[in-house]
Amino acid sequence: MSFINYSSREINCKIVYYGPGLCGKTTNLQYIYARTNPDAKGKMISLATETERTLFFDFLPLSLGEIRGFKTRFHLYTVPGQVFYDASRKLILKGVDGVVFVADSQIERTEANIESFDNLEHNLYEQGYDLAKIPYVVQYNKRDLPNVAPIAELRDLINPEQVPEFEAVATTGYGVFDTLKAVAKLVLTELKRGR
Amino acid sequence: MTDMVMYEEEYRQIQEVCARLHRDANASAVLLIDKNGQLISEAGDTGHLDTTSLSSLTAGNVAATGGIASLLKEKEFTGQFHEGEQINVHISIVAQRVILVILFDERSSLGLVRLRVRRASDELSSVFDSLLAKVQQPSTPSIFSEITDEDIDNLFKD
Repeated sequence: MSFINYSSREINCKIVYYGPGLCGKTTNLQYIYARTNPDAKGKMISLATETERTLFFDFLPLSLGEIRGFKTRFHLYTVPGQVFYDASRKLILKGVDGVVFVADSQIERTEANIESFDNLEHNLYEQGYDLAKIPYVVQYNKRDLPNVAPIAELRDLINPEQVPEFEAVATTGYGVFDTLKAVAKLVLTELKRGR
Repeated sequence: MTDMVMYEEEYRQIQEVCARLHRDANASAVLLIDKNGQLISEAGDTGHLDTTSLSSLTAGNVAATGGIASLLKEKEFTGQFHEGEQINVHISIVAQRVILVILFDERSSLGLVRLRVRRASDELSSVFDSLLAKVQQPSTPSIFSEITDEDIDNLFKD
């Protein structure tokens, strides 16, 4: 649910990075944070456990520039990927404007990807959203590892709608900004279309 | 779900309510945040605060508390109070969709804050009711009717 402020001339949107545990959601945000001009970003917040696993969410506010005199601000969130944090994931999806599904490309994580994808569809549905109708992109992360599944196979499993998809190596930043730009653009296009 | 939209007139009314609440409650600062963590208005001594982060964390906190309420079959817990050594925080939900945060120190008290929050909540509720009615009118002009696909593309040019 976006927030359009005519008084301060701002458009605010919420993007959520979803995916199985250890797929690289937090790493995406850390890379974006590290490579963004200080004027365009706020503080990155990570609510994590002592072992640096996301406990509740990571949060990164970003400014993307102006459209017709309106500042566009995106609030990026990650969900905790571990299966038992489902109640928290549902809360973070509330009011979402766009979703990035980060898949872990390693063959042994195939089942975890499918489980998380089903969980995303289910949790969105519970809140009255339909994944097929909201701005949504897929990122196949960890493409630098030796044991990755072929893209075609991953696509069949977690991108049946053939939404925009990106190969990525979040630790080096490959594909990270392409993914962000694609979802941000879809969000703005959807806002325009919805009026 | 309706998007949150803020217009000049309602924004001014909200700022007046927040400024008065800040004064009447002897508060250090007042923040009004939407449930998704976007800051709507602020009053008082906020210059040294990271209001963006505070807004997001408060919204997360309220969402988690709401989750606890629903597990306990409560509709919602409308208020929260955090007591610190220097600063106390009073959090309440207004009109079921925005969060009112009062930061106060020893110059005020929980009783006074609660009393002033009650009045301000009623005033804010009526502003948000009229805002919602305005947003739902099909004739209300939108910035998005002026934005072209090209404008959006330009934002993402390297």
